[in-house]
Amino acid sequence: MADLAVMLVKVVAAFGALLLLAAYMTWAERRVFALVQVRYGPNRVGPAGLLQPIADGIKLMFKESVIPAQADKLIFVLAPLVSLVPAMAAFAVIPFGSSVTLFGRQVDLIVADVNVGVLYIFALSGIGVYGIVLGAWASNSKYPLLGGLRSAAQLISYELSLGMSLLGVVLIAGSLSLKDIVAAQAHYPFILLQPLGFLLFLVCMLAETNRSPFDLPEAESELTGGFHTEYSSMHFAMYFLAEYCSMITLSAVAATFFLGGWRGPLLPPVVWFLVKVVAFMFFFMWVRATTPRLRYDQLMGFGWKVLLPLAILNVVATAGVMAFLG
Amino acid sequence: MFEVESSTRVERSSVVPGTEELIINMGPQHPSTHGVLRVILRLDGETVKDCDCDIGFLHRGTEKIGENITYTMFIPYTDRLDYIAAPSSNLAWVTAVEKLFGWEIPMRAHYIRTLVAEFSRISSHLLWLATHALDIGAMTVFLWCFREREMVLDLFEHAFGARLTVNAFRLGGLFQDVPQKFLDLSQEFADLFPGRIGDYETLLTDNRIWLQRTRGVGVISADDAIDLSLTGPILRGSGVRWDIRRAQPYAAYPYLDFVVPVGENGDVYDRYLVRIEEMRQSTRIIQQCLAQLPKGPVSCKVPRTIKPPAGEVYHSIENPKGEFGFYIVSDGSETPYRVRIRPPSFVNLGGLKKLALGGLVADVVAIIGSIDIVLGECDR
Repeated sequence: MADLAVMLVKVVAAFGALLLLAAYMTWAERRVFALVQVRYGPNRVGPAGLLQPIADGIKLMFKESVIPAQADKLIFVLAPLVSLVPAMAAFAVIPFGSSVTLFGRQVDLIVADVNVGVLYIFALSGIGVYGIVLGAWASNSKYPLLGGLRSAAQLISYELSLGMSLLGVVLIAGSLSLKDIVAAQAHYPFILLQPLGFLLFLVCMLAETNRSPFDLPEAESELTGGFHTEYSSMHFAMYFLAEYCSMITLSAVAATFFLGGWRGPLLPPVVWFLVKVVAFMFFFMWVRATTPRLRYDQLMGFGWKVLLPLAILNVVATAGVMAFLG
Repeated sequence: MFEVESSTRVERSSVVPGTEELIINMGPQHPSTHGVLRVILRLDGETVKDCDCDIGFLHRGTEKIGENITYTMFIPYTDRLDYIAAPSSNLAWVTAVEKLFGWEIPMRAHYIRTLVAEFSRISSHLLWLATHALDIGAMTVFLWCFREREMVLDLFEHAFGARLTVNAFRLGGLFQDVPQKFLDLSQEFADLFPGRIGDYETLLTDNRIWLQRTRGVGVISADDAIDLSLTGPILRGSGVRWDIRRAQPYAAYPYLDFVVPVGENGDVYDRYLVRIEEMRQSTRIIQQCLAQLPKGPVSCKVPRTIKPPAGEVYHSIENPKGEFGFYIVSDGSETPYRVRIRPPSFVNLGGLKKLALGGLVADVVAIIGSIDIVLGECDR
């Protein structure tokens, strides 16, 4: 019973924090953008615009959700959930702090220590794609259709490289559990051993979350919003949240695999974890503020002809060195 | 408008599912068609098989209006042609009418007109760069360009009291001399602006993604460009050194030193480079205008009722977008008998099909951006 209570508290706290962080990342993104673009950004609602995400949320909830007449209504309504739920659930296997002792009980700061954590993350991010493809298809409209097709092709080709880029770390740590991977980085972070893997992961991370310069599925200026052209109100907000949740999750994965997770001197582990995640989030925003968008064929060419061979090379080289060292 | 083929389903063995071409309607409400342009695309996957422009959503009958009002009253209407660079349109009209009269315009008026026309070129090119970069996905350039464009519009406000539709010039010269503050601020802008162009270039010129998106995209050869009577940066991007400021000088251009930049490959990237260099040259022209600005009156003696001699005249200037001309037939009365506008965007847009065929949807957006259209003068 007590275990269940601890579990519940962890689930609620972790996902509450994730949602809150996602909401505030939208604010942070707009502020960072404004900084780069010589303007103010949201600064009216609350001090420094800090209540803006809440105001946005309330606004979106009260908007009418327009469902196109020709749409497949059930799938149209369900598709955003298919995107959002896996994006949030993937966070469960990420350790966001070392263990703490509460009321005489040892509590690990991880929602679920799954021994195949890495596979779990990939499985869920694979499912997330369906949300976009289904939503685009169910809209029964031309621009979303193109966006959905782009998304399907893009995510399939980048998921491979994404997985491959992490395999090197898995080989070194000898475990698929994210907790063990953090434990294996007790002396030094894996970015020192896997610099190529880290760079590949950074690029794939952008593609996997549909972020600039790989934001083709939504491509405002070409496809007028792409897969979510027909979406409005909370259904749109769910896609939006899903994008930010998966950004945070992948940032957390990057921090866990390459930067030692919650490890760090002086500051408490949870704070270190947050600092690393936010640093990756800043990277997302920074890239979006400075790069143009790739073209569909160039994106595919880059994924298959550059990233994947490099990722395979990285895995083979790592495995070779591991075998050599015994 | 092309026919929708009823039998687009390809005959293949029953194992391979058939494919259909997709007809997509881009615009008139689309973020990248720069106004109310409607482009109908026939797509195979994302490859453009056919492309057709549907224009006229902004048609206001400007040419017909010109026949019913006096020569002076028509100047504000020219503001609404190329509204991005309104002083250029004004200049085309007033110089055409003055040519009909054979008036001698004071040098100070010539210089101020040139100065303002170059400012309008900068403002137009800034808007082009901002939206073109935004179309290709670089959002920051958009806001940086608007920062400087705002300064240009402020300058217009100082001189003419309006920011966009400025109604800058009058027949015979200017309505009144520009205030000293305008000249001071112009100098300030001209000193500051080259550094800002450098800022845009750091974001784009050597950016790998920008190069991939623009190099070899929308290529047109010099011969094809001439055959399609394209003018302006799109013609110069293909390597043809044709600039009316040089070829048929007007206003103060004969006394000014500037380079007409040309490209080599005629692709989107070369057009980008040409326009960036044109902004630099415009700044040089502004510097020279300010340094050489002669003293004296700003208007010649203009009769109270303007009745040009019967006859006809064609006069064109180098608008930021290309050759902008007016053909006027006068029957000796107070109103023109016929006004014909030669709009650069309309003619340049004719090249879209040639440029876009075989490209991808994303290329169409980049190409429309690189043609730099403004629907106000395209639809008239």
